Amino acid sequence: MKFADREDLLGAAMLGPALAYVILLVGVPFVLAIMLSFSSATAGSLTLTWAGFRNYSTILADPIFLRSLRNTAIVTIGSQVLVIVLATAAAQVFRAAFHGKRAARFVLLLPWAVPVSLAAIAWTWIFDSTFSVINWTLKVTGLLHGWLYWLGEPGLALFAIIIVQAWRIFPFATVIVLAGLSSIPQDVVEASIVDGAGFWRRLFKVELPLLLPVIAVAVLFGVVYTATDLGVVYILTGGGPANTTHVLPTLAFQRGVLGADLGQGAAIAVFLVPFLIVVAVLMLRVARRAEIGAGGGAR
Amino acid sequence: MGETSPGVEIRQLRKRFTGGDHDAVDGVDLSIREGELLVLLGPSGCGKTTLLRMIAGLEHPSAGEIYIAGRRVDQDVPPRARGIAMVFQSYALYPHRTVSGNIAFPLEAARLPRAIIAEKVRWAAELFGIAGYLDRYPRQLSGGERQRVALCRAVVRDPQVFLLDEPLANLDAKLRNTARDELKRFQRQIKRTTVYVTHDQVEAMGLGDRIAVMDRGKVRQVGTPHEVYEDPVDTFVATFLGQPPMNLVEQPGGGGRTLLGFRPEHLLPSDHFGDREPLHPIPLIVRRVEYLGSDRYVYGTVEFAPEATVIAKLPANIGRAIPEEEGGRLDFAVPERALCYFDAQTGERVRR
Repeated sequence: MKFADREDLLGAAMLGPALAYVILLVGVPFVLAIMLSFSSATAGSLTLTWAGFRNYSTILADPIFLRSLRNTAIVTIGSQVLVIVLATAAAQVFRAAFHGKRAARFVLLLPWAVPVSLAAIAWTWIFDSTFSVINWTLKVTGLLHGWLYWLGEPGLALFAIIIVQAWRIFPFATVIVLAGLSSIPQDVVEASIVDGAGFWRRLFKVELPLLLPVIAVAVLFGVVYTATDLGVVYILTGGGPANTTHVLPTLAFQRGVLGADLGQGAAIAVFLVPFLIVVAVLMLRVARRAEIGAGGGAR
Repeated sequence: MGETSPGVEIRQLRKRFTGGDHDAVDGVDLSIREGELLVLLGPSGCGKTTLLRMIAGLEHPSAGEIYIAGRRVDQDVPPRARGIAMVFQSYALYPHRTVSGNIAFPLEAARLPRAIIAEKVRWAAELFGIAGYLDRYPRQLSGGERQRVALCRAVVRDPQVFLLDEPLANLDAKLRNTARDELKRFQRQIKRTTVYVTHDQVEAMGLGDRIAVMDRGKVRQVGTPHEVYEDPVDTFVATFLGQPPMNLVEQPGGGGRTLLGFRPEHLLPSDHFGDREPLHPIPLIVRRVEYLGSDRYVYGTVEFAPEATVIAKLPANIGRAIPEEEGGRLDFAVPERALCYFDAQTGERVRR
């Protein structure tokens, strides 16, 4: 028997590299991070001396940490709400037949393909305190009378971060929603038309409920991408002004790497894990329940 | 502009899909009477579903006119305002809504008060015997039950016209018979104009007040089941209806210009007919005999037209003694009154 015929060996051989990749680049650092978070290690001395929960109690008493925790939640939830609304609308547009649809699709996907750091640098110019195109546009159209310091005021800066995160995730979500839309049986949509449902009723009473599992998956991805993203905030605001716009990844980087307190940095980074696990489980459950609900209904 | 039927009136209706090279519906004129059940019957791809969808407003005609209850609808009346209800082949139930949610959907869309909606849902569910399933989801129902839900959803709208697109096609054979019977009783009861699309001639014959036989976008013949079966206007209708289909052979001495048509059940041993009956003798060379319980099919060729296969359908009590070996010659005949003549070139019926 040839090697290629041995499904057991072949399977192991093909899974091996992927497994090794996950273990070495995700598993080991993850375990290491948890260990570090319970140690008093610093960048200078990588000794794992047991520190108990000291790192955790330190950060929990730290207003900057609490603020960054809140920021992470605001940015994640805010951007995902924006993403769902935009992606649903865009999917409706892209479902229609129009000239230049392919080109438009290509352009739509660009934000997804651009490296985060490059995109963030471009956005720093869009939000620039002097040259901001948003400000100048608003000014010219007469909608703005004062001046917006996008990255200079904590509230506006957070809003700017939300915009960039939404801009980054939204193409991906649109593609997912489009795929979901095309999986809705045409008959069901036509039945609702004959039954007298207008656009909004069709959208909210037929299409969105049937899209729920797909949207849940899109949101799950979006939450994970946004909550764990370092680049956007790091480049846009660097956590400023005055540490008001930190999210957990930037704070972890600042404390753990720049501040050399590896233990505390690890504690901050690991802090999110239980929350993300809960989000993932919830979303997958919604997806599965809705799938059972839709399964076999139209046949 | 003549009088329009109070049912559905279709004039010179055409549909060519973008990029298509022929008309899916090719100049159809059809007058559907108020209260009748008209079946659109034809092979797949003949345009019957496209025609139905144009009546529903789900497809926009390329040319022609559609009137529902005397009102022209083809230009700018959306499906919801046409006074129609449609049952899809797949039933197209809303999978995320319960049975009662499904039935209530068109009523909610019409913004009726809640109490009235609940009342109508209950009435329809009782009409179709599914009042016990109101809280279930479509996935928890059998095919027959889903079909009833789809019918309920159509009935509650109180439409002027029902449009049914192969509503029995997804049921298994056993259920189809009972469902057909129920459908007919229901239609008699509510006496509402109904257009019923099917490719199944048994359904068409059993259900239709009239049948419109379609082929390649055109209506070939409209008539009662009896008319289209006994009096077909061309060879297409003659061979599409009937199981087995009508036999067609060249007329002897006709120079190949005329085809003789006769139904398998009319081709019987000559000695079976009475002396007074004018007969057309069809000498049959047996190829094979199929025993089917209540009937036997005799497959063979006719002596004077050996290239065409003909089938004789013998009831169990007739010709029991006929020799069944291959190549045997049988003295069969068809009564003159049961013969149809067709033009061999055009396929059209020749009256004489």
